[in-house]
Amino acid sequence: MFDIPVTYSSTYKPTGSKHRARAAPDPPPLFDDTSGAYSSQPGAYPAPGADVAFSVNHLLGDPVANVAMAYGSSIASHGKDMVHKELHRFVSVNKLKYFFAVDTAYVAKKLGLLVFPYTHQNWEVQSSRDVPLPPRQDLNAPDLYIPTMAFITYVLLAGTALGIQKRFSPEVLGLCASTALAWVVMEVLALLLGVYLATVHSDLSTFHLLAYSGYKYVGMILSVLTGLLFGSDGYYVALAWTSSSLMYFIVRSLRTAALAPDNVGGPAPRQRLQLYLTLGAAAFQPLIIYWLTFHLVR
Amino acid sequence: MAFTLYLLLQAALLCVNTITVLHEERFLKNIGWGADQGIGGFGEEPGIKSQLMNLIRSVRTVMRVPLIIINSIAIVLLLLFG
Repeated sequence: MFDIPVTYSSTYKPTGSKHRARAAPDPPPLFDDTSGAYSSQPGAYPAPGADVAFSVNHLLGDPVANVAMAYGSSIASHGKDMVHKELHRFVSVNKLKYFFAVDTAYVAKKLGLLVFPYTHQNWEVQSSRDVPLPPRQDLNAPDLYIPTMAFITYVLLAGTALGIQKRFSPEVLGLCASTALAWVVMEVLALLLGVYLATVHSDLSTFHLLAYSGYKYVGMILSVLTGLLFGSDGYYVALAWTSSSLMYFIVRSLRTAALAPDNVGGPAPRQRLQLYLTLGAAAFQPLIIYWLTFHLVR
Repeated sequence: MAFTLYLLLQAALLCVNTITVLHEERFLKNIGWGADQGIGGFGEEPGIKSQLMNLIRSVRTVMRVPLIIINSIAIVLLLLFG
């Protein structure tokens, strides 16, 4: 990496003088065309950066600067390793990568499933050799890509809706984003508490719950969009439709995810607790959808 | 209801304070929620009440010292910035 500048500076001069010799018989150019000399080089820098690269090359011929640059890059990679290590202590990146392994077909089918889940037959999450399949290969697997994108789209749509009603200001966007984020955090904590208290022995990790509670943003987007296009009646119709389909989706998904490993049954009160947990989680969705969107559609 | 993240943190701090100040001897034992009163058999199903009692005891054990620090920081911030 460090010999390119050396060869560069050694080969620059001949072509530079050649360029200057060639330029003499031409009509006087409006500006100094330094791009010609550089494009003929094999490892040339792009023309707009020519001046800066040129001066840096003179600097890099100096061995002290070489040492400084080597030291700086080693510091940078060391810092990057440290950041990665600290991050690995808090968030397991491999588990997170599982949730983002999606492709277009999966996203399209999942969105269709969120809007119309009533005809889907098989809700079980398939796993191969005890490892759950990534969302690319299994439609029922939860993912974090759709909730993240839907959250961002929701914030942008809220800004648009407020702008249409001339109630927009830049602080509102941040306020909307942090409010929605706060409600998501509270819901995930409440679900975690419920899962702990009802002693659900399943592989429902925090990220699974985050994914399931993030799916409501799709319903929110659809409701707000319909409300913007068709007025407040359209908003209520879309709200009712997306709420009911989301409730059905959550109940079916959580029942197969939470109760499937417990196929034997367990004592009746515990199963009833798990059922209450699922129903409570499902019933909470329309309330929060309404709460977070009604002020956008008047 | 406009939430800032700081409001959420304050609410969480207050909730954790609430759980931590429930006194073991004076209060929890009197209503039968003491930490050593809940161990039924060694069966598989702990039940929701014993899970709650375990939760209260673990929160109290874990968060006692960090809560002192976090509460002090919150008080100082409240004094400075209102």
